[in-house]
Amino acid sequence: MGKIDDVEVINGEGYQLTTLDKAIGLARANSVWPLPFATSCCGIEFMATMGSAYDLSRFGMERMSFSPRQADLLIVAGTISKKLGPVLKKVYEQMSEPKWVLSVGACACSGGIFDTYSVLQGIDRIIPVDVYVPGCPPRPEQIIDGVMNIHELVKNESNRRRYSDEYKHLMQNYNIEIEDGKAE
Amino acid sequence: MEKLNNEAILNLIQGAFPNDVLFHEEPYGLLTIEVTAAKGHEIIEWLKNHETLSVNYLTNIAAVHYPEDAGREFAVVYQLHSWKNLFRLRIKCYLPKENVSIASLVDIFPGANWMERESYDFFGVEFIGHPDMRRILNEDSMDYFPMRKEYALEDDTREDKDDRYFGRNNQ
Ligand code: SF4
Repeated sequence: MGKIDDVEVINGEGYQLTTLDKAIGLARANSVWPLPFATSCCGIEFMATMGSAYDLSRFGMERMSFSPRQADLLIVAGTISKKLGPVLKKVYEQMSEPKWVLSVGACACSGGIFDTYSVLQGIDRIIPVDVYVPGCPPRPEQIIDGVMNIHELVKNESNRRRYSDEYKHLMQNYNIEIEDGKAE
Repeated sequence: MEKLNNEAILNLIQGAFPNDVLFHEEPYGLLTIEVTAAKGHEIIEWLKNHETLSVNYLTNIAAVHYPEDAGREFAVVYQLHSWKNLFRLRIKCYLPKENVSIASLVDIFPGANWMERESYDFFGVEFIGHPDMRRILNEDSMDYFPMRKEYALEDDTREDKDDRYFGRNNQ
């Protein structure tokens, strides 16, 4: 585990005290398992990001999770057609909490150059998005910057965000069911 | 056997179907004939089974919409290829908008299946006798045929698109 900065910590000789939330946040942020939902040209750019030159594994992300059930971060890179929309939503619904979404490229963010009947005009019409990466396509550095922003969210968000009223409200807006967590 | 050129091919077809070849031309050397829609299926079958012509490959089926052309608003275009004689041939059939339907070629060329579904998906051409006439590329819930010219190309739910950036400044 890295050093915990910027929090109320007490450093002693050979130990460090902090809140459990922060420690868990740090652990989570450095082991985000991404599910690449990559299509078209941005998908190619994402492959470069994963490759050895840019090396996403430096951030604890080298294990791409191709099962939504074991993924924390949904990386949507590329054009999403309307026909693919329900598939994307199903993949999102199958991911277990906590989960984040990174939208890579103009197409995923807004439909991009595809001002046309067959393309979804932004994935935020069907699933909530945490971080948007603009560009057509974005360079790997930009994608990594987006991932860093996700890390900030993961570190600083409440571990129980899914029980908050805002979160429930958000999910309701997208017609996505969540368990309310009362049983836990 | 003398070499099959466009003229010889055309003569053979005209000989067999004297009343059904309505028009012919050779843009870029590609023999193109218009035939009556009702006979399209029969002519293509004849071409395939013909001993010398042996047009054994269906390259493509496409549809075109000509909204101004009253009575013949839709064209179905078949591109055929003879592997034996190495020539290509284009056959067009025109259909009125009141009844956009034509006989399916699936019984002659099984490969016509998806091509015909595509023409149905985008132009609403009904292929009679097709075993599975439904959309192929667009979502099933789509309720119009997007390549018909009366429909806008753009997605009407778009919010952040500015026509000027898409080469359209007719607002
Ligand atoms: S944003 Fe640009 S590069 Fe990315 S998928 Fe769309 S068209 Fe391709």
